[in-house]
Amino acid sequence: MKNFAYVRATSAEDAVRKLQTNANSQFIAGGTNLVDRLKVFLNTPVQLIDVSRLDLKFIESMPDWGVRIGALATNTAVADHPQIRQDYPLLSRAILSGASQQIRNVATIGGNLLQRTRCPYYYDTAFACNKRQPGSGCPAIQGINRMHAIFGASDRCIAVHPSDMCVALAALDAIVEVESSRGKRQIPFDDFHRLPENTPDRDTTLQAGELITAVILPPVSFAKTGVYLKLRDRTSYAFALVSVAAALEVRANRIHDVRLALGGVAHKPWRSAQAEAFLKGKLANPEIFQQAAEIALQGAKPLTHNGFKVEMAKRSIQRALTISAQGGGVA
Amino acid sequence: MPSDSRKSLGTSRRRFLGQALTAAGTAIVAPKVLDPNSAAEAQQPLVNRHLPIQGETPVTLMINGQSHTVTIEPRVTLLDVLRERLNLTGTKKGCDHGQCGACTVLVNGDRIYSCLALAIMQEGRSITTIEGLTTGEQLHPVQAAFIENDGFQCGYCTPGQICASIALLNEVKRGGASAVTADLTHPPESLTLSEAEIKERLSGNLCRCSAYNGIVAAVQQVLGQTPPSPAATILVQEMTG
Repeated sequence: MKNFAYVRATSAEDAVRKLQTNANSQFIAGGTNLVDRLKVFLNTPVQLIDVSRLDLKFIESMPDWGVRIGALATNTAVADHPQIRQDYPLLSRAILSGASQQIRNVATIGGNLLQRTRCPYYYDTAFACNKRQPGSGCPAIQGINRMHAIFGASDRCIAVHPSDMCVALAALDAIVEVESSRGKRQIPFDDFHRLPENTPDRDTTLQAGELITAVILPPVSFAKTGVYLKLRDRTSYAFALVSVAAALEVRANRIHDVRLALGGVAHKPWRSAQAEAFLKGKLANPEIFQQAAEIALQGAKPLTHNGFKVEMAKRSIQRALTISAQGGGVA
Repeated sequence: MPSDSRKSLGTSRRRFLGQALTAAGTAIVAPKVLDPNSAAEAQQPLVNRHLPIQGETPVTLMINGQSHTVTIEPRVTLLDVLRERLNLTGTKKGCDHGQCGACTVLVNGDRIYSCLALAIMQEGRSITTIEGLTTGEQLHPVQAAFIENDGFQCGYCTPGQICASIALLNEVKRGGASAVTADLTHPPESLTLSEAEIKERLSGNLCRCSAYNGIVAAVQQVLGQTPPSPAATILVQEMTG
C-alpha cells in the first residue's frame, strides 16, 4: 500500500471542500473494498478523507413518501431495520445475500454503491485493463471470462458490477442523493451506474467532487412480495454468477405490476424493462413466467466461458417470479 | 482408558483442558466488553484529526480494556498493529484481503475483519481480540465449547472463528437476520437457530482443516441447544477429581 495523508471530515460540506482542495484525495467510509484495493495498488490516493463519522447514519421514514437511508448506514443496520424488513424485504434479503457479517457490519450503503468489479484481470496489476489503465486493453475478452457480462459489454470491458444490494435498489427505483460544492442533486438509480462503452474506468455518473449523502426508497405498494435469488459457486460468501430481484403485484391471479432486475450479468444492475412490460396484465402462471424469462434474455451475448449464464438466468427468473407470486420469502 | 495413560498427559495440557471444561459447565457470563449495549462505545475523547496527518503519528486504541498508544502511518491496518506492534498475535493473518476471516475481532461488540480496517479509524472504539476473552484463568464459554467439540484441528482460523461465534450469539439475541431466515420479521432465537442458519452466519470464516461440523456443534452447545458431550463430561470428572 502506498502511503497517504489522512484527514477526518467534520461535515458533508467540509468533506467536499477537502476533496476540492486536493484533487488526488478519496473519501473512505467502511473501507471494506477501498482498503483491499489500496493494498494491491489499484488506488494510490495522496490523501484519504475519512467521512465515516459524519452524521449520515439515519434510516428515516419520509412523510407520505418512502424511506431515506443515510449514506453511512451500515449494510447490517439497513438489512436489520424493522421498517426495511417489513416494507422492503427485497432490500434486506439482497444485502444479507452479499459479503459476510463482518463486512456488512462495516460496509456502508454509499460505499456499496461505489464498490468496484471483482474481475480478476482488473485486480491483477500484471495484466492490462482498460478499467484500471484506459487504453491498455482487455485480456478478459480472450481470457477466462466465466464470471463476466452477457449484457451491455463493450469491446473495451466485459466486467460485471459486484453488488447485490444495488440489484434490489434498481428494482425498487431508488434515488441517490449527492452533494458537492455546486450543491445537491438527485440521481435516479438506473442513471447512477453506467455501461462501460469507451470509458470503462468510469463505473458511475458521479461527477468530480461529489459525495453520496443518502439513498431514497420510494414507496412500492407490492415491495413486500420482493424476493432476491442469488446463484454462486458456493452456498455463501461468494459473488453472484447470476442473481434476480423480483417483485410482483398479483390481483385475482393477474399481474398488475412487476419489477425485475438481474445481477452478475452486466456492468450495472440490469433492469428487464421488456420483460416487465410483457408481464403486466398477464396471468401469473409458469408458462407466462417462462415467456418473460425468454424475453428478459433476448439480446444476451455470452462469451467463451459464460454461456451457462443465459440458461441460469432464465431459470432463476422463473423461480424468483414464482416465489414472489406466492407472496415472497427465501428464494 | 486406564488412569495411568490419562496421567501421561503433560501437566500443562491437563490443567489447560481441565480449566476449559470446567468453564464450559459454568453459566455464560461474557466479559463486560463483549456486551454491545455496555461497550464503551466512543466514550474515549476523540483526537482531533481535522488537519491532514502525514507520516507517523501517535494513535491510541482501546484493546481488551487497556489503552495502547502506537506511532503509526495512516496506512497501517488494525491487524498489523495488533500483531506487529502490540504482540497480540492471537489474531491471525490469513489472506489479508477480507476473504478468510482469520483476522476477525470485535469492535464495539460487532465482528469485523481487522485486515480491512485502518487502525487510525478505530480511535475511540472498544476492540476485543481473542486475548481479551478469558476472565482471569477462565476461558470464555465459546472457547471451552470449541475444545469440547473438536472445533478445530490446526487452530489457525480458531481465534477468528471464536470471535465470530461470540458475535453471532449477540446478533441472535438482538434479533439479527441472515440470508436463510425464512421470516425476516420473526428471526430465529437461540434455541431455534437451525444448523443452516449457523453455517450461513459463520460463512465469513474459512477453515482449511474443515472442522466445520465441530464448530457448528460448539455453537449449538453455547446456544443451549445441546448439552456438553458425554465424553467431555467424563473428562471433566476425571480431571477435576
